[in-house]
Amino acid sequence: MQEILFFVLAAVAVLSALGMLLNKNPVYSVLLLIVTLFSIAGLYVLLNASFIAAVHLIVYAGAIMVLFLFVIMLLDIRADVEHINLKRLSRILALLATFIFLGETFLIIWMSLKGKAAFVGLGEGILGDVPSVGELLFTKYLLPFEIASVLLLVAIVGAIILAKRKLRPEPPAA
Amino acid sequence: MLLHFAAPFIFVIVAAAFIALNLLISRLLQPRVPSAGKNTTYECGEIPIGSSWVQFNIRFYVITLIFVIFDVEIVFLVPWAVVFKDLGWFAFVEVVIFVFILLVGLAYAWRKGDLEWDKPETGKFARDAAPQLFEEVGTERQQTVQEVTL
Amino acid sequence: MQALAEAAGKFVFFIGLIVLNIAAILTWVERKQSAVMQDRIGANRATIFGIRMLGMFHMLADMLKLFTKEFFIPMGARRFVYLLAPMISLLFALVGFAAIPFGDTLILGGREIPLQIANVNIGILYIFAVLGMAVYGVVLGAWASNNNYALLGGLRASAQMLSYEVAIGVSLVGVIMVYQTVDLMEIARAQGQLLWGWLPQWGILLQPLGFLIFMTAGIAETKRIPFDAPEGESEIVGYFIEYSGMGFGMYFLTDFLETILIASLTVTFFLGGFQVPYLYADGFHFPWGQAILLPNIAVAALQFLSFLIKLIVLLFIMMAIRWTLPRFRYDQIMHLGWKILLPASLINILITAVVLTIIG
Repeated sequence: MQEILFFVLAAVAVLSALGMLLNKNPVYSVLLLIVTLFSIAGLYVLLNASFIAAVHLIVYAGAIMVLFLFVIMLLDIRADVEHINLKRLSRILALLATFIFLGETFLIIWMSLKGKAAFVGLGEGILGDVPSVGELLFTKYLLPFEIASVLLLVAIVGAIILAKRKLRPEPPAA
Repeated sequence: MLLHFAAPFIFVIVAAAFIALNLLISRLLQPRVPSAGKNTTYECGEIPIGSSWVQFNIRFYVITLIFVIFDVEIVFLVPWAVVFKDLGWFAFVEVVIFVFILLVGLAYAWRKGDLEWDKPETGKFARDAAPQLFEEVGTERQQTVQEVTL
Repeated sequence: MQALAEAAGKFVFFIGLIVLNIAAILTWVERKQSAVMQDRIGANRATIFGIRMLGMFHMLADMLKLFTKEFFIPMGARRFVYLLAPMISLLFALVGFAAIPFGDTLILGGREIPLQIANVNIGILYIFAVLGMAVYGVVLGAWASNNNYALLGGLRASAQMLSYEVAIGVSLVGVIMVYQTVDLMEIARAQGQLLWGWLPQWGILLQPLGFLIFMTAGIAETKRIPFDAPEGESEIVGYFIEYSGMGFGMYFLTDFLETILIASLTVTFFLGGFQVPYLYADGFHFPWGQAILLPNIAVAALQFLSFLIKLIVLLFIMMAIRWTLPRFRYDQIMHLGWKILLPASLINILITAVVLTIIG
């Protein structure tokens, strides 16, 4: 049962991610990305990490994807956009990222073939539910937690400054 | 554990089936008589001018960004709230620091005016905007205008 | 297989028989209550064989009308998204009810059936995720309609919903702190315990400020009248302006379902959920020592009834608010959300934390 669910969810995730990349209409891309996020949340549930699944939906599907939609609406990217002209630097960076990702995937497959676990699974009896995450977060992972708040502060300040510099000086709309 | 989530999953399917059934029934019952006039964009009988897209205020975007950040904050607060009684003062101090740093962010956005939205420019009464107009009309009229423009 | 049948049965009972009927009755209440408040007669035309029933047949007439009107796609609309948006909207409004506990456990033929459709152990986070998804139906419908008013309404609606979601989330953190769980069933059960031996531990007593914030933000989230700048009938109509027939019907139903969802959540978190004061699993135990023992089925029925009564009273109050207050300006809405409710809910958390740590 669990295996069937895993393969269905994984297939949906991969297919919708591919659809997101290949679709020319940005709004459809966002919708497909949301489908991907939902199936990944399903995978988290299969891993007993219900807290992460919920957070994944709340933050990514519920907040960041809305932001994406807003950007698309703000810029009014039409369905018939011409293919985006990548600059040379971006192409090199994209290639680099692809190779890193492929390398990591290869490493994981290679290590698991050799019988070594490439990643640490959840131990028996450890659940990724809210209380266990809370206890770990406020004891063992205290510093990352506090640093996260500083990161969020930087994000707010950055957002406001960017919005001001790029778009404010234009003539105000009536 | 998995069984917990089987129920909402089944629920989603049943709900989707319910919606599809509604649409199907309505599809069978409704007439389909398209006409050019009916299909035009609704603008109170006027023919729409220009594109449906409007240049909207950048504030909407900034608000969404601030929302994303506070959303993440809530996500961090929830596990704390569950275990907070067991962890006591120590966890309390941690969270106060966490919330305080985010409040600095909110205060920054507030100070920079990103939480301000356009207000009507006249004062509390329309009279303050154009006093000479109000002197010309009688007191009764003045009161009516005042009520209407409020 | 049995779990599947159970879940489907619960859907038919709780959603089909209870929630959707309350939604239908609400459309009538909204018209009749406003008529009474404004000294009018209100809906009274629809009859079946001369029976009027205070105009209650209007909800049947409305339903028939919505089913039989043409649902056409206006010129220039993005067809696929245009059709998809109201469905997404309605789907997420329905899905929210999966986590609401309508009662404690019912024992039928030796089987324990929790009166909750899905006992998710991340309850509040699940609700929060579902509320967050509500934005999509609005934004996509607005974008796909190819209409200025729709786009403007959709923008206003989404910014407003996002702003108040923050206040809802932070006010719920206070509730989680008090009951130390995110499971809605557990929260409802915890509210059956007594404070000082006689006072039921309802959320409204332990989190009065949280209740006010949640209620206000909840009404704003449903975009009902004091907060209806995104869908002001006399102004921009809203993101569903281009929708006709069942498309509009689905947005209309979503609106009422969201109202019921917010009311059910308020009942669950703050008004004791399904709890009747002094009623326990085996009957009443009053603080003065008297006890009336009841069979399980009577207890379950009483709890369910208590939930419904609380829900209906709360809905009535929400409707009364709708017909009492004038519409806020958009800058006032945003001011209330970010500068009053958000700081207030953070202060609520701090107060709760200090008090809880001191009494320990």
